[in-house]
Amino acid sequence: MLNDFMIRALFAGLGVVLAAAPLGCFVVWRRMAFFGAATAHAAVLGVALSLAMSISVFVGVLAISLLMAIMVTLLSNRGYAMDTLLGVMAHASLAFGLVAVSFVTDVRIDLMAYLFGDILAVGRSDLAIIWGGAGLVLLLTMWRWQALLLSTVSEDLAYAQGVNPQREALILTLSLAIVVAVAIKVVGVLLIAALLIIPAAAARLISRTPERMALGAAAIGAFSVAAGLWGSWHLDTPTGPTIVCAAAILFALLSVIARPLSARFAR
Amino acid sequence: MAMSANIMNASQQPLLRAQGLNIEIAGRHVLEQIDLDLMRGEIVTIVGPNGSGKSTLLRALIGAIEPTSGHVRQASGLRIGYVPQRLHIDPTLPLTVRRFFNLPGRHSRQAIDDALARAGIEGRGETPMTGLSGGQFQRALMARALLDNPDVLMLDEASQGLDQTGTADFYRQIEEVRNTVGCAVLMVSHDLHVVMRAADRVICLNHHICCQGLPEAVSAAPEYRALFGSVDEEALALFRHDPHHHPHGGHEHHGAEFHQTEHDDAQ
Repeated sequence: MLNDFMIRALFAGLGVVLAAAPLGCFVVWRRMAFFGAATAHAAVLGVALSLAMSISVFVGVLAISLLMAIMVTLLSNRGYAMDTLLGVMAHASLAFGLVAVSFVTDVRIDLMAYLFGDILAVGRSDLAIIWGGAGLVLLLTMWRWQALLLSTVSEDLAYAQGVNPQREALILTLSLAIVVAVAIKVVGVLLIAALLIIPAAAARLISRTPERMALGAAAIGAFSVAAGLWGSWHLDTPTGPTIVCAAAILFALLSVIARPLSARFAR
Repeated sequence: MAMSANIMNASQQPLLRAQGLNIEIAGRHVLEQIDLDLMRGEIVTIVGPNGSGKSTLLRALIGAIEPTSGHVRQASGLRIGYVPQRLHIDPTLPLTVRRFFNLPGRHSRQAIDDALARAGIEGRGETPMTGLSGGQFQRALMARALLDNPDVLMLDEASQGLDQTGTADFYRQIEEVRNTVGCAVLMVSHDLHVVMRAADRVICLNHHICCQGLPEAVSAAPEYRALFGSVDEEALALFRHDPHHHPHGGHEHHGAEFHQTEHDDAQ
């Protein structure tokens, strides 16, 4: 059944949103939304370098994303605000990436495919990479869940109870880089951050515990992938953006429906 | 819950020891040459003006700040219950009181309900943390810190936001905890009068340890008076100290001699 490109696209999308769901929750809780976007932008440089050096795009993107995350972490101790640093790094690596791509003249690159993804072109080996990466990220986040959550609530409480929040932050950064690397084919650089943030933000409206928010984000993400594929098939629209549109529409609907609920829970 | 064997066997060893602790932050000497031992069962209060390094000292003791020089040694397997000065929980993180109490270790439903009842916030288990009032939030933090049967309870201005009854309850709870659980208590406070009443030992901190000893001795010490002004007789009466409640008679007490007054315990 994996021969059908729509089925492959569905499974690719599901793999990405399942891994992105718990991770996206942490991105929202820790106010790292821009961090996800910056990592994704850096991925363009990764694409260019891996094409120039004829290595796997997955490996190149992973390496550059990690490098950027580590540089941001190191530089943030020098007194710049995080958003400024991320702005510098994100746009610089995007620009350098685009310039670098232009040097790779002997390879015909469809840059649009990397900026917006091409989920319908996902092959069997892509599926293996996506599910391998997604599985790894899911295992990592489930393994570290309690420690990650405590570090997110308060770094000092974590230290007091023997959890090193810096190590947990590193695990989160690593997971983020993996998700960006595997998702680039599905939704592309520009929309990866959307798959991290929108399902998690939508799930917040209907969740009372962190676990339910992560599960809710996974369900909303999965529904968005299915709806986006269906929509792009019938409307003949680009698939990646249609998936993100579906997620955004769900977010809007939930915001309207859940308002009385959140008002009830507010103090 | 069973106490760590190491700690039980070594009751004469300090639970927590800081030696020659120096901390520089952005070129400023926040803490200089701090030597501090914390023994099982004692209540130690740190007083000092704003910006004197009180919170920094606590954070260094839990391992959240790496000392510039010197070191902090915790008894192996030491359980610390830490109540921070303030804790901001991001509203995007759905966290009920019960879920917060289950971080990082899980506790039975009954244990949490009991802890909430003892803290005077009975039945608040399913309330979101962000839905608690300031005083309730503070009580919840304290109850959570006690849930693990800590060896050391560290309180950073933990009584702020509590009303008069709340503050009285709070200090009663601290003495009760020391007597029943037998843990050491290390607290920071501005609330000089009330705090000195409950302390076995007072450390007067202004980047370095100015003086330390029994509350009466410290409040009479010239270093203390230089920082806080002289204390009137009525206030001194509040600082009365009952040697029979003192679990360790053999501390070295710096500062002036003090005379045990003959008043009845009028608290």
